[in-house]
Amino acid sequence: MLNPYLPYPVRIDNITVETEDKNLKTFRFVFINPQDEEKFSYRAGQFAELSVTGKGEIPIGIASSPTEKGFVMFTVNKVGLVSSYLHAMKEGDIMGVRGPLGNCYPWDQMEGKNIIIIGGGFAFTTLRSSIIYMLDPANRSKFKDIHVIYGARTPGMLLYWDELIEWEKRDDINMHITVDGTDDPNWKYNIGFVPTITEQKAPPGGEDSVAVVCGPPIMIKFTQPVLDKLGYSDDRIIMSLENRMKCGIGMCGRCNIGKEFVCKDGPVFTLEEINKTPREY
Amino acid sequence: MKIVQIDKEDWENGIKKLFEVYRLFAPVKEADFHNFKQIEAGQLPDLSCLNTRLSPKSIIYPQSEVMFKYSLDENEEDHHILKEVDKDYSPQAVIGIRPCDAKAFELVRLNFDSPDYKDPYWLNAYEATTLVGLACESPCSSCFCTTAGCGPYHAEALDLLLIDNGDQYWAKVISAKGEAFLAAAGWTVAVEEQTALKEIEVKKRAAEDKISAFVKTDKLREIETNDLYTAAFWEEVSFSCINCGTCTYVCPTCWCFDIQDENRGNRGCRMRNWDSCMYPLFTLHGSGHNPRGTQLHRVRQRFMHKLKYFVDKYDAGIQCVGCGRCIRLCPVNIDIRRVCGYMNSHVASADTCEV
Repeated sequence: MLNPYLPYPVRIDNITVETEDKNLKTFRFVFINPQDEEKFSYRAGQFAELSVTGKGEIPIGIASSPTEKGFVMFTVNKVGLVSSYLHAMKEGDIMGVRGPLGNCYPWDQMEGKNIIIIGGGFAFTTLRSSIIYMLDPANRSKFKDIHVIYGARTPGMLLYWDELIEWEKRDDINMHITVDGTDDPNWKYNIGFVPTITEQKAPPGGEDSVAVVCGPPIMIKFTQPVLDKLGYSDDRIIMSLENRMKCGIGMCGRCNIGKEFVCKDGPVFTLEEINKTPREY
Repeated sequence: MKIVQIDKEDWENGIKKLFEVYRLFAPVKEADFHNFKQIEAGQLPDLSCLNTRLSPKSIIYPQSEVMFKYSLDENEEDHHILKEVDKDYSPQAVIGIRPCDAKAFELVRLNFDSPDYKDPYWLNAYEATTLVGLACESPCSSCFCTTAGCGPYHAEALDLLLIDNGDQYWAKVISAKGEAFLAAAGWTVAVEEQTALKEIEVKKRAAEDKISAFVKTDKLREIETNDLYTAAFWEEVSFSCINCGTCTYVCPTCWCFDIQDENRGNRGCRMRNWDSCMYPLFTLHGSGHNPRGTQLHRVRQRFMHKLKYFVDKYDAGIQCVGCGRCIRLCPVNIDIRRVCGYMNSHVASADTCEV
């Protein structure tokens, strides 16, 4: 019997500080047993339990894309016991990755559609995975227009800056980067909250469009009416939820919203599905 | 269905033989109550108790269990890599388990044996276990098994059902594991089936007639989750709860757990421990946000899980077998039968609870 609690051993291959407050770091892991990489076959939107031996596990969205080979990547916010310890670890250290866990974004439903990605703050990790996946030459033709609205408090709090700028330059993806505010006179992009920019820049919804929304609760709360107004029906608004988790496989009992487990039945739900639950997240 | 007769004179001798094959667990008297314990040679199951204070769930699902071990010493090979630990999954038998507690394992199995994932710890222990039930002749006043998908003679979840018949037991064989158990004890005298079954049926009716508490569950499925969730009665139901968690610890069908790393020097193990939806930490986010931040949220979660979410998810009835432990041991007299009644008769209304 396969033990679903046993992580794959990995080595920290690279650590990048992502934000000016240094609270977000991106960790690139390499599997110690090369054959484990194949077993860890994932799709954009899934997550994994990062296992810091001696401290515990944390559920983190997979930030690398299935089209990127040779490593897996996660961006971790420093908040609790495990993530704080992880932030103090160094390249070469040994730990574990368990997964992939949960469902992915509904790629079958999204193919052939206009995709609008709306992200705020550090909830941009599985969205990065999705963008890299869609922009891959083998996949780009499967999607119509791609719009990305991504905001953070300040320019220094935006994740994956170099990639954002690269995407800005491309003509097969429409980037709308925004910050709540900045005193940088050379800031070339938008200033304003994500819901406002969505109202100004997002294409109208309809049968041909799907919106993927990830961000802090306050952003989601104010973006939802904007999407309604633009004509995105609840079954075409895709969201990824977070809850406290331990097992990641629907057994330990804590992450449920009604009868659905965020870890196993989610983390990706349509707004229509979420509306049927008590929304305990 | 084969029925074997065990003369009580042969009981002790048979138990003695069973020690050669099984690790035996049975009710043992502790202070003024009974609990399931592993018994040793010379000890006999105490079948005189109505039911044990704690359910026997820990025999298959220990309250605290090592999952993996590891070394944090960088000079050692494979440091920081989790290793599986040796476990004793040799045959074990639970003698004198009540039909309700056995049925609980069937319900819990739905959680640990899903189409997507198998929990190896629970399943290996369950497979290694023979459940030798004892039919209830005089149920407690708080028992409501007959309306909770079970009953004093409910045999389906057992391997063997013992029925007290004066100076003998009748052992109704349910599975091959039960058959093997009888063979190991040397209890092989089959009785004439038809006559025995008729008598057992009479005794079963008599036991069922003694059950005086009931729940109604017929409407739980059709009532909308969110209508139940926002019902005003949760304010009253949760008012006196002190979130002590006793109900979840004594419940045979509660399965929630936590995972923790425990270190000692340069070594450690990853443990799994029972957890409880009654505790705020159960759902507390790293950010400080808590989706079940009030006592009402947590009380509601417990009842909604057992009586609505489980019902909807598995279509296997309620996640309760009517053992009555949570009713007997709740320090503030919260009664699942009453809450089930509120839920089953709920009509959506504008009058809702505050959180």
